[in-house]
Parts: sequence; C-alpha cells; structure tokens
Amino acid sequence: MIQVEWFYWLTGLFFVAVGVLVARDRTNPRRTSSGAFWALVGLCFPYSSFVVTGTAPAWVLGLGLVVIAAIAGTGRLARSGSAVAAGAAGDVDGLEADRGGEGAARAAAPLRAAGTAVLASREALAARFGNRLFVPVLIIPVVTALCATVGKDISVGGQPLLQSGNETVIGLAAAGIVAIPVGMWLFRQRTPALALTEGRRLTEDLGWALVLPQLLSVLGLVFATAGVGDAIGSTVSAVLPDGALLPAVVLYCVGMAVFTVIMGNAFAAFPVLTAAIGYPVLVQAMGGNPPAVFAIGMLSGYCGTLCTPMAANFNVVPVALLELKSNYAVIRAQIPTAVPLLVANVVLMYVLAF
Amino acid sequence: MLVLLGILVVVAGFALRLNPMLVVTVAGLVTGFLGGMSPVEVLDAFGTGFAGSRSVSIFLLVLPVIGLVERNGLQEQARRLVSRMSRLTTGGILAGYFVLRQVTAAIGLMSIGGHAQTVRPLVAPMAEAAAVRRFGTLPDAVSQRIRAFAASTDNVGAFFGEDIFVAVGAVLLITSFVDTTYGYTLEPLQVALWAIPTAVVALLIHGARSLHTDRALTKAIAEFQPTEVAR
Repeated sequence: MIQVEWFYWLTGLFFVAVGVLVARDRTNPRRTSSGAFWALVGLCFPYSSFVVTGTAPAWVLGLGLVVIAAIAGTGRLARSGSAVAAGAAGDVDGLEADRGGEGAARAAAPLRAAGTAVLASREALAARFGNRLFVPVLIIPVVTALCATVGKDISVGGQPLLQSGNETVIGLAAAGIVAIPVGMWLFRQRTPALALTEGRRLTEDLGWALVLPQLLSVLGLVFATAGVGDAIGSTVSAVLPDGALLPAVVLYCVGMAVFTVIMGNAFAAFPVLTAAIGYPVLVQAMGGNPPAVFAIGMLSGYCGTLCTPMAANFNVVPVALLELKSNYAVIRAQIPTAVPLLVANVVLMYVLAF
Repeated sequence: MLVLLGILVVVAGFALRLNPMLVVTVAGLVTGFLGGMSPVEVLDAFGTGFAGSRSVSIFLLVLPVIGLVERNGLQEQARRLVSRMSRLTTGGILAGYFVLRQVTAAIGLMSIGGHAQTVRPLVAPMAEAAAVRRFGTLPDAVSQRIRAFAASTDNVGAFFGEDIFVAVGAVLLITSFVDTTYGYTLEPLQVALWAIPTAVVALLIHGARSLHTDRALTKAIAEFQPTEVAR
C-alpha cells in the first residue's frame, strides 16, 4: 500500500537538497541563512509525520516554523545567481547552451524559462522536439486524474493500493516523479541532476511563497483555537436587524466573503457565519431551503478567496510562478469577477432559497 | 473581543507591505497570546497546523519535470503551436482554458489544471504568444496583465466548478458540519445541485471577461504607442 507520507518525506528530502545546494553556492549573497531556510523547511516535513501520529511534540515544529518565518521575514533569504549555479551543480548536458549572449536573450525571453539557457538554443530545441515536449506535461494531469478516479478502486491483497483519502495528493506526486524519466528519455538527457537543478531554480524563484500557504493554515488554526471565529460571529449577529430577509441574506453572503478575505479560507468562515446567521436566522427563522442557503453561502466565501493575499496558494504562488511584478496582480485581475459574482450570489440566495 | 487585534495585525501588515511571512507569524503569536494560550500551546498550534496542511506543498514535486521540459523548449513550442493556429486569439485561449477548467473541475478532475502544471508552462505562454502575433512585441505591463489574467482563469474555473462535484471537500464539509451540528441528513447531491446557478453566473462573467481581453488589449496597446499612432 502506497502511503502519502512517503511523498512528504520525498518533498522534505528535495527541500534539504535545495538547502545544501544553496549553502554551497557562492553566487548567493546570503548562502548560509538561505541554505538554512530551505534545509529547515525540508526537515519539517518528515518531523510532521511524527507530529501527525502523536509520537513527537508539535511545539518543536512550531518553533522551527517561527525560525523559518524569521529568516524570510527579515530578508535573510536570497536567490542564487543561476548561471554559475547551474553549471557548478552538475548541469552537464545543457552547459554549452548556457554560454554567451545571455543578457540580451533574457531580456527578450518573456517567462524566464530554463533561466540560463539562451533563447536561440531553446528555439532550436523546440524545433527539434516539437510536440513531444508536451508529453511529460500531459502525463501529470493524466496520471493524477487516473489515481484520483480509478486508483481508488485498485486493491492489492485486500488492501487499497493508494492510502485512502489521499489518492489525489499521491497521484500528483507520483505523476511528477514518473514524468522525469519519461522527459529524460524523450530529450536524450543522461543525468537526473538536470531535473534537480531545474527544480531547484524554480524553488528558489518561488522563495518563501512556497511556505506561506502552510503558514496561513497555521494562522487559521490559531484563530480558531483562540476564539476569533466566535468573536466575529457574535459581532455579526449583534448588528443584524430583526426579521428582515434581504439584510440577513446580504449579511450572510457578504460576511462569508469578508471573513474569508481575513482568514484566507472559506472553509474556516463557513462554520462561524453559519452558526451566527445562516442556520438560526436564514433557515430556522426565515424558513430558507437548507442546501441552497449553505451551498450559496459557501460560494459567497469563494468570492472572498479571489480577493485576498491570505489565500496564498491561489493568489501569491502564481505571482512568483509567472514572474509578476506586483504581489496583487492576480487579485487585481480577479476583483472584477468576484464583486459582481458576490452580488449575484445574494440575488440567487434571495430568489432561490426562500 | 481582544483576539480580533490579530486580524488588525494582518490588515496593517499587508497595508504596510511588510513581508507576509513576518506578518502572518506575528499575527499568529499575538492572537494566540491574546486568546489566553500559553507559549507552548501557541507553538503546538503552529506545529499541528503545519503538519496537517502539507498537501498544499506537494505540487513542488512537479517542478523538476516542468523545469526540465521548459529547458528543452516547452514555452517556445507552445508559442510555435499558437503561431501556426492563426485563428487563436489571446481571449480565445483564455476563455477556452477557463471553460475546460470549470467543466473538468465539475466532473471531479480538479487536478487536471493548476498554476504550476498548466498555467506557467502552457496557458500563459500561449496567451502571450497570441498577443505577440497580433501586436508585435508587447509592453511589459501588457504581458504582465495577460499572465495575471491567465492565473485568474485557473482560480475562478476551479473554485466555481468543483462545488458541482459531489465528492469535493467543500460539499462534504457543508454536509458534515450541518449534519453534526443541526441534526440534518443533507444529501451531498442536493448541496452540489445548488452550486450550479452560481457556477453558471461565474461562467458568464469570467467567460465574457476572457473574451473581452482581445478588445482590452487593443486599447492598452494603443495607449502604449501614442507616437506611432500619431504618425
């Protein structure tokens, strides 16, 4: 039976490898603290396994996390200069392509794809490999989808092959791993080091944005434990006028969106606002149709997700992945959809649920 | 009430554009202490939260192969492909991906898209390439806008498609919370059904915005080349 923990350990190992490469990289202006950042992040992954099973104290992990955040938050995490780094880190096959004409090519290259390879050589490679280039990329969704759908039902010796409940995560991780040898075979690459180098480059490009989503779910847990939800819930129900349907619907939907903006997570907002307004006012007092009220309420929360940097994996990670200059570029692109959609949700709930 | 100060820390931190890692950590510590938690309890919550949310980092394992394929010319090939299909416009590509994302999410195939797996290597370069074919070299601000919109199509499509699928986390969260708290027996199918109207509205709004991109680009490009237009 394939366990999801294996892939978390592998992720941790990858982060540690990045940390070692970074620490040894003289092109990184802060290589010691940057290397420590990645290595610490890596160590948190296997340690988490023991936290999950309850065999190790969680506060050690919490302390590590505070250190990680302190390194990044005080500007001690730096990116390595990639040209020299790629060559020194065992990137043998692509090395010739890296020499010469780099500055000019970089300026013309829209996304800093394969950072160090010159544009002209990548054009030549694209002409040579053609649509075969899409094969490894398409393997990822196909394998993931297969694991998530068919994989669920495969069992070996009475045990499910993939740890149940984690099929999609296992699928995505396995797909990333399966695609590497396929890519190496297609592109006649002999050394897996190149995949590691490239993975390291993208990881460094993402920087702390890679850790932020997890830190935000930490914040969500602290908020919940400290009673932030209840405080908001009682405030919201205190301002609600009695017996008026439309204000109650507006408050539930807009409240879901606003609270989601604050928490970065509609799942965290849902129990709070539903206990404050959704159930007692809209369903019990006004006689709303429960599934309609709850479904549209949750979707109102999603409108908030589109507008908040707290939803880091949706709105901040792509900023780094797409090399956007503004941290808020993706949010700015989404607000013109989120606002009318929230209005539509209010209307839909008012019309359909009562 | 005092615990709400943690929210203030978050808002102020983001408003002052401090490093988000710092803002979030400080907000967590402040909220925990104000909520009457001991230092060990706060750190315990930090650790438990991290351990429980490791799945959001798993996309990292996809980055090596994306990097490998990009190095061998993936983005260039995406561009070449677009330049051969002359009828594909930026708006058409974005709208097409948006619909594909929403429909596949609605039938439970959430993992088919994603920022690391599809937007960076395929959708964004294709959308940019279509704009380049039409307008020539793009001003930086314009290509930034195209990329940001490409990221938004992935988010909107995924969010407002997935709730139609009965086995998705959100639907299960709704039913399990409502059932255990209020003693209902809600069918996931009922909840999923009521997600359809919003999904349709999202399709109309964001789909229209995607298709409108072409006209918006024409306008944006014209603004960037006032001298050439004057001649």
